[in-house]
This record gives sequence, structure tokens and C-alpha cells, in this order.
Amino acid sequence: MAARLLWGALMIVAALAPFGLSGYHLYQFSQVMIYAIALLGLNLLTGFNGQLSLGHGAFFAIGGYGTAILIVTFGLPYYAAIPLASLICFVAGFLFGFPALRLGGLYLALATFALAVATPQVLAFKGFDAYTGGSQGVQTPKPGPLFGLPMNVDQSVYWLCLIVAVVLFWLAANLVHSRIGRALIAIRDQPIAAETMGVDAALYKTIAFGISALYAGVAGGLDAVAVGFVSPESFGLPLSLAFLVGIVIGGLASLPGAIFGALFIEFVPNWADQLTVIFGENAKALPGAVYGVMLILAMALAPSGIAGVFRALGRGLTKGTA
Amino acid sequence: MIEFLHQLSSGLALGGVYAVTALALVMIFQATQLVNFAQGEMAMFSTYVAWQLLQNGWRYWTAFVVTVIVSFIGGVVIERLIVRPFAHAPILASVIVFIGLGFIFNAMAGFLFGFSVQSFDTPFDGRPWFGNKFMSAHESGSVLVSLIVLALVFAFFRFTPLGLAMRAAAQNPASARLVGVRVGWMLALGWGLAAAIGAVAGMMAAPIVYLDPNMMSGLLLYAFAGAVLGGIDNPWGAVLGGFTVGVVENLLGAYVVGQEVKLSVALVIIVGVLVVRPSGLFGRRIVARV
Repeated sequence: MAARLLWGALMIVAALAPFGLSGYHLYQFSQVMIYAIALLGLNLLTGFNGQLSLGHGAFFAIGGYGTAILIVTFGLPYYAAIPLASLICFVAGFLFGFPALRLGGLYLALATFALAVATPQVLAFKGFDAYTGGSQGVQTPKPGPLFGLPMNVDQSVYWLCLIVAVVLFWLAANLVHSRIGRALIAIRDQPIAAETMGVDAALYKTIAFGISALYAGVAGGLDAVAVGFVSPESFGLPLSLAFLVGIVIGGLASLPGAIFGALFIEFVPNWADQLTVIFGENAKALPGAVYGVMLILAMALAPSGIAGVFRALGRGLTKGTA
Repeated sequence: MIEFLHQLSSGLALGGVYAVTALALVMIFQATQLVNFAQGEMAMFSTYVAWQLLQNGWRYWTAFVVTVIVSFIGGVVIERLIVRPFAHAPILASVIVFIGLGFIFNAMAGFLFGFSVQSFDTPFDGRPWFGNKFMSAHESGSVLVSLIVLALVFAFFRFTPLGLAMRAAAQNPASARLVGVRVGWMLALGWGLAAAIGAVAGMMAAPIVYLDPNMMSGLLLYAFAGAVLGGIDNPWGAVLGGFTVGVVENLLGAYVVGQEVKLSVALVIIVGVLVVRPSGLFGRRIVARV
């Protein structure tokens, strides 16, 4: 009950934020929601279904490029382009899910790692120049005001991201607590037992890959619209690894964890940037150092991430009052 | 034809580096059934150590030997401090720890040595060897060093008691422990060796790909491809795989797909091999008991 009130209050604050925040801060929080959607997708796959992906930047890229190309080359409005690009992502993820079926944990990590490293090169490939703009990337127009209400660009981007994020979180919450969600978790924890209970592991695993890619695709599409630009270099290994950092720090197999993780990967590099004043140019290294240390510490001390810490705190509090 | 031979030999030169890196990966895999995702970043950091020593005016081979020793010690320390506590953790946790380790080395290199691209000396300068028109002196030397490393590693595992103990620890830890092998230390030694071998690979690669904190991500990918192609539990296979990937990558890059998308060759090899023949060309097929 208390948690529900807390989420409600948070929602209201989030919905009203554009009236109080400057354009740049709004942009940052739009990014947080975009990352949260991508992390949610990765968490459905890795956290709930136990399939490790080090290459979700690739699906994010397909969503981003798909959206940009549909808008620029095919003249679709963004609200049609993003869903369409996300469907493409679903298909791509579903297809990648088939070889993934044969790859046990470690090998899947290898294959997706390869996917992450190769993505920027494929995006910059000359053969697709006409659509992708090669290494230059594609510029996308910013969205106009939502529902014809008076608002500036930053506000419309923010509300767009917020609405999409809320819907996707709601869907994910329902999914996780449904028959499908229980099947996903069963496959993660007891694959053999799950199969003997009649869970079609192959089907659920590929579907999980598809849905996960779909979420990453939506996030990529929103990102293309919010940034107004896609280019190969922004979708490399660092992005994919940042997603991994996000779900681990935020909390594996936790829905709110995606939000904590998104806050973490959005703001830690920002804060580190400000430290360049003290440490000089090489302070660019600091986010990486923080990521690395936090990953190892999280695995050692708090395997369920920030969300797990909050859960433990919450339990402690309720125990105290009861 | 001459151009073709040229591509072939530079493929061999890089292939040597991939083979050595793949060997380091296999070494850790055999002992722990894990793939060290930080292998590339560790090698990159070692290479920076060598670079710093050279900057300080050390002679090349002194710097080389010192770097290898420092890397060996570093590898042992990492195993004892960071990897050991996760020995019984699930694969997901181990991979995450390795990724974290990679982040840390990348950050340390950037912080200590800067992010700008540096050139790296080669000890093999001057005229091509034996009037070989197709390989630069560095490429010939690099292949030679790779082969020496491979020979040393095989001799070590084949002919020394310590090598035998390490193999025993990797193959059957329980029995090895019963006959008095200190299995924990063997794992640490394995990490040390892998780090030292990786350092050699880094130093051979750096004159070709230039030194910067992200120099190894592509290289590691090719090494993965080599290891997977040859069979990730088979050192010979991994070495052969590494050379093969080097040549294939170079020829495809030059004649078929173009230099810009060479990395996807590695992706295709990895996914292809894993799907069609997950044990690789020479690996043992894994049979799991349900």
C-alpha cells in the first residue's frame, strides 16, 4: 500500500516536472526514461529469463535507425515510425533468439558481445549509405507539440517519453506476473523442471528475446526523436555495456530496478564530466572506473542491486512498525 | 597475385596475435570453464606499461621482459583478489565481474596514460627479413614471437611438473587435490600465464593497430572468433583458429566485404560456428547429464 502511494506520488511529480525544470534537465530526464525502457527490455531477457545479452545496443540501434529512416526517407510521422521500427526489432530479436537457443549462457554472452562490437561498422557500411547516411548518420526532425497543446520541444519530448515509459512498464508488470512471466522465471531457475511441467522453453526464450528487443527498439526510436540524430558511433559496445551496468546496478529481475539503473547510467557520466575541472581531461576515465567497481561490488555485496537494497530497507521499516 | 600474398602475410601476422590471445582465453577456459572478457583490456594495460617503460628510455627487450613479469604478477593478484571470490557464482555473475574488470583496466589506462592514440615501437625495424617482399620486418618478427610463445607454452605444459600439475588441476580438481596439487594456486598461475601471454599479444599488436585504451576490443573479438572456431577447450585448435581468422579476416576485408565491415566477419564466424558446430572444429563435444 505504502509502495503504491509512493509510486503514485512519483508519477505525479514526473508528470508535472516539465513545469519546473529547465530544458536541459528535461532532456536528461527524457534520456533517463529512454534508458529505463531499454533496461526494462534487457531485464526481461537477462534478469527474468536468464539469457545474458551484451549486445542490446544493437537492437537499440535498429530501433533508432529504423525510426529515423522511416521518418526521413519514407515520410512517416514519428508516432507511426517508432512502433513500426519496434516491430522490426521484435522480428530481429525473435530471429536472433533462435541461434541463442543453442548457445548456453557463456556462448550467448560471446555471440552478443560480437554483435555489440560489430554494430557500428555495419551501420556505417557504405552499401546502405542511401538510407543510413554512412558514418554521417541521419538527422531526424523533433516532434511537434503533443495533442496540439501549447508546449516547447523539450516538453513534448519529455511527455512523449513519459507516456510511452508508463505504458511499457505497465505492460511489463502484467507480463511478469502472468503465466508467461512465471514461465520465463521457471526457465531461468529450473530449465529442466520447467520443460517437464510442459513449458515450451524454446518458444518462450525466443519470445523473450523478441519482446526484449522490442523494448530496446522503442527506446532507440524515442532516442532518435529526442536527440534528433542517429550515428553509428553512438551504438557501439559502450552503449551495450552501459545497459548491462544499468540492469545490474539497478537490480536484476526487478522492474523499478530499470529506473534506478537508468538514473545511474545517465547521471554518473555527467557527474564525472564535471570532475574534469579537478582531474583534467583524463577524468573521462572516471565513469568507466565507477562502472567497473560498482559492477564487481554489486555482484559481491548486493546481487539484487539498488532495487534489492530498497526492498531490504522497506522490509526493515515495516518490521520495525509492526 | 603479389597483392594477394601481401594480404595473406599480413593476415598471418595479425593471426599470430589472435592466436596468442585465443590461447590465453583457452587457458582460463580450461581451468575455470569461463571466458575472460577482460582479457583484451588486461593486455592493453600491459602494453601501456611497456610503452611507459620505453618512454622512460628503457631498451626494448628489457621493457618487454619486465612487462611480461609484471603482467604475470598482476594476473595472479587479480585471480586471488577479484576472481576467486566468485568461483562458485553463476555464469551471469562471473561474466559481469569480468566486464567490470575490463571497465576498470580501460579506465586506469585512460586515467594514467591519456586517451590519445600513441605509436608503439617495434624491435624489428629495418629491412624485411630474408628478402621477404610480402611482410614487413615487424610482421615477420610478430609471427616469430607468436610461434615462440606458443612453443614455450606447449613445452611448459608438456614437459614440466608444474605444467602437468596445472593440467591436472584443470581436468580433475578433486583428484588433483588428493594427490597434493594445490588447485587454488594452479588457477592463480593460470591467470598469471594468461595475463603474461596477453601482454605479449598486446605488444605485438600495438605497432600495427596503434596504442589507445580501446585498441583491444576488436582484437579480442577476433581472438574469440579464433577460439570458438578452433574449439574453446582445445589450445591447438584455438591457435589454428586464431591464424585462420587472421587470414580470413584480411582476405575478406581486402576482396569481399571491404575494410570497413571486417568486424562483422568475426560476428558471422562466432554465431555461425556456435550454431552449426558449437564445439568448434577440434573441440570436444560436451555431453551434459540431465
